[in-house]
Amino acid sequence: MFYRENGQFHTTYAADMAVFPIRQDRIGLAIILAVAAIGVPVFGSSFFVSSVMIPFLVYSLAAIGLNILTGYTGLISLGTGAFMGVGAFACYKLTTAFPSVNIIVWILCSGFFSAAVGMLFGLPSLRVKGFYLAVTTLAAQFFLQWCFIRIPWLYNDSSSGSIEVARRTLFGIPITGAQATVQTRYLVLLGIVVLMTWIASNIVHGRIGRSWMAVRDMDIAAELMGIKLLRTKLTAFAVSSFYAGVAGACMMFLWYGGGEPNDVFNINQSFNILFMVILGGLGSLIGSFFGAAFISSLPTIFKFGLPAIGINIAGATAEHLTFMVVGALIIIFLIAEPHGLARLWQIAKEKLRLWPFPY
Amino acid sequence: MKPTSLIKCAAGAAAIAAATVMPASAQDSVTLVTNSYRTGNFSGSGIPLGNGMRDYIALVNAKGGVNGVKINFEECETGYDTKKSVECYEQAKTKGNILYLPWSTGATLAAIPRLHIDKTPILSMGYGLSASADGNTFPWVFIPPLTYWDGASVALNYIAGKEGSMDKLKGKKIGLIYLDAPYGKEPIPFLTNMSKKHGFELQLYPVPAAEMQNQGALWLNIRRDKPDYLYSQGFGAMSPTAIKEAIKNNFPMDHFLGVWWAGGDNDAQAGGMEAKGYKSVTFHQVGANFPLIQDIIKEVVDKGQSLTEKSKVGEAQYNRTIYQGVLVTEAIRNAQKLTGKKVINGEDMRRGLETLEISDARWKELGLEGFASPVKVTCADHSGHNKAFIAEWDGAKWVKASDWISPSTEEILPLIDAAAKDYAKTDGYPKRSEACDAK
Repeated sequence: MFYRENGQFHTTYAADMAVFPIRQDRIGLAIILAVAAIGVPVFGSSFFVSSVMIPFLVYSLAAIGLNILTGYTGLISLGTGAFMGVGAFACYKLTTAFPSVNIIVWILCSGFFSAAVGMLFGLPSLRVKGFYLAVTTLAAQFFLQWCFIRIPWLYNDSSSGSIEVARRTLFGIPITGAQATVQTRYLVLLGIVVLMTWIASNIVHGRIGRSWMAVRDMDIAAELMGIKLLRTKLTAFAVSSFYAGVAGACMMFLWYGGGEPNDVFNINQSFNILFMVILGGLGSLIGSFFGAAFISSLPTIFKFGLPAIGINIAGATAEHLTFMVVGALIIIFLIAEPHGLARLWQIAKEKLRLWPFPY
Repeated sequence: MKPTSLIKCAAGAAAIAAATVMPASAQDSVTLVTNSYRTGNFSGSGIPLGNGMRDYIALVNAKGGVNGVKINFEECETGYDTKKSVECYEQAKTKGNILYLPWSTGATLAAIPRLHIDKTPILSMGYGLSASADGNTFPWVFIPPLTYWDGASVALNYIAGKEGSMDKLKGKKIGLIYLDAPYGKEPIPFLTNMSKKHGFELQLYPVPAAEMQNQGALWLNIRRDKPDYLYSQGFGAMSPTAIKEAIKNNFPMDHFLGVWWAGGDNDAQAGGMEAKGYKSVTFHQVGANFPLIQDIIKEVVDKGQSLTEKSKVGEAQYNRTIYQGVLVTEAIRNAQKLTGKKVINGEDMRRGLETLEISDARWKELGLEGFASPVKVTCADHSGHNKAFIAEWDGAKWVKASDWISPSTEEILPLIDAAAKDYAKTDGYPKRSEACDAK
């Protein structure tokens, strides 16, 4: 009834090919952005912002990165955790070497380092496919993690092997380090995520994105049509790792605020993000957000949300419950809707357009 | 009067009114949230550690609390995962937690920069960042009774004692088998330093975290190198595996020592009788033959309020968190004395920890005579570098196998000083502004 495009006429090709051709979608997006940018920092408690929203945004960014590689280009990767680590270390090295440059610049630049590393480990993708490629990216994961421990230069020879996040400011307001408030860190992160999602959306809807999808659907056919496989696959690796790297830098600098990177950027992280992408929906940007919300926020909501509304369960029980519920939901979703939450969302929208008089 | 000052005045009056009303309430309590890991890969250690603390606090509360103030105790499950530990920290903050007990090095490192803002001290008892023993750089972090460097030093002093003197170590080979992570690498700078000074050869055997239960290849190297002594900085599944491999490779068990985290009952039990002679550096006794632990059995375990089996009371890791519990309650007591308040907050707790001192007489009063050596923390020294001893596995349980041994503080303090200076270089890391309550 409300969600219907009757009467909305597109008079230009550009309007017809827009990412959100329906007005209600554009209004919805604006509302979501307004809530995220104003509602959450103003009305959300510090705990909600720091333990639900910030992790959600960081994982969304990482999931978009992996989705570009796995969902759009069809190349499976188990090295996302390590590529995130490269971003975190790059950002750390850059900001300690050039402290006067704004940290946001370095967070974004650290993506280039992980992109370079990602391309290097993406080279075998020209020859190996499927599970075999998964194994070569697994090698990247282990090799990079080995470097994170064994190359003291990366963590400036600190005896604890940890990254310390220094105070960096934007217009005089601290945005990283202990003095930065949760809300500022959240807003900076939100800005980065919105910007990068917008860029990703433009890439995947454009020529590069189409060539990725062509390669995903059938690489020989794509090659026959004149798409250069090497270039396409490597750009996918580069862009994907770029996103992962920025997500890693955001994770260390805007979320954790320092710590033991080897502990954070391990193989479990890679799997986690892969699950987000599969569950959220392969080849869908909004699916990346759904998957991140599902895998990263649900356990937190279980553990802290249930006691908050009066259901008292012990921490360990909540943890076990999370494992069982999330595990069961993953299986149910994969059986009922293998295309992930994004497809459910699409179905819901289609149904809504006919509601209340479906035919 | 400007409106803002009027508001301030009103708020002040309300605060005073609240303060005067508070002592009258019967249910005075302080909130203490601890991280725990009863799930996940390290739950084997996490469960006894969680139980010890839980039962000790239950006993304290059963006896009426600390000077009449009950401890509102909660566990926050982390599964030994840093992400979840950070969540737990944030959650505990909203509940007015007076002391953060991170129970993982990763969680400690992530929290250290925020403490001076959140006004919550950390007690990382026998783990965490060794450099944080420097109280002038880390006013909010406490790492009693000793650091990993002290642990390695105690082990070395024990070996020297066995060989005759430190000079006898010349030409000997001492191996370090360690978890290849910041935790495991922690003793390396100290041992390297000592090997240069005393002329022994230090051999390193890293165990990658993913290979904890698959150390076969590594032990071939150990067999080839034949180190005279082996020191283990292991954790979780790594320690029982190392013990089993040592038995398989005929490594003399009495020349194999571990840090306290490698000295749990479940670690040594993996080797059973054959692990007899395996040693571990530790800072507290095991067993239930202490009046306080008997009280726990009577008041908590027998009443069915504990999560532990009666037979497991007194195990190494169970007793370790009883030790932690004593430090916590003694610090609360100090803080109450210093501030004159009954219900203390995080800032008061920091002062209480900074004046922490438990003498032999005090241990006896607590019903733990001979349980641990005296502990003393000062403003400059947040560890105290207190004495430890060597426990030996007799095939079924841990027994005390040496006197109390002091670490060589003259070697350790310069290292701590340098490491702390290095840490404090980070931009925005504050200089200490907290006053010292030294007596």
